[in-house]
Amino acid sequence: MSASKICVVVVSGSLERLQMAAMVASVAAVSEHEVLVFLSMNALPHFVKGAAAAAPAEGEMGRLMAEKKAPPFKMLFEQAAALGSARIYPCSMAMDVLGVDKAALEDYLEEATGLTRFLDLASGGQVWTF
Amino acid sequence: MAERKIVDGRGSFCPGPLMELIAALKTVEVGDELEVLSTDKGSANDIPEWVNKVGHEYLSTREENGVWYIVVRRKK
Repeated sequence: MSASKICVVVVSGSLERLQMAAMVASVAAVSEHEVLVFLSMNALPHFVKGAAAAAPAEGEMGRLMAEKKAPPFKMLFEQAAALGSARIYPCSMAMDVLGVDKAALEDYLEEATGLTRFLDLASGGQVWTF
Repeated sequence: MAERKIVDGRGSFCPGPLMELIAALKTVEVGDELEVLSTDKGSANDIPEWVNKVGHEYLSTREENGVWYIVVRRKK
């Protein structure tokens, strides 16, 4: 039984927002929801293979999460795709701006997707924006 | 007799222990039990909710010295 469609739009590159987006996507994906994730703006560079820069914390919670053993947000997104059925789409505009192709991005991401297609895919679903 | 497998999620935070449980559920047979060890109280509350929602069987929770032991059975 699919409970509902949940669309997670991630545009921030901050640790707290990426972490919360990953938590929503992963738990929803393993709880029989249909999950679509759209990565754009400052979120996308974190999904380039070998990305060196750690996501910066906005505040105390982010710093504490980095110190303690919170599951890394990229691992949660990967689990959302592997253990659930989340589909994670990189924004084609952000890829053009960054100058990267699909091969440069983490393997669990889907094909480059523009807003027109994502809006169509997201039609009728809840939208969570980070 | 059904097997019981330990899933050691100690030291991790939500949703780490839950995700470890879900990965482990795929490796056991229907009817087998899993015991999740968690130091995260939030996960101790969340795991039974998830188990009941998706149709597995929640058996018990006990806490000992800051560690929660949550036992579930794979039902499908």
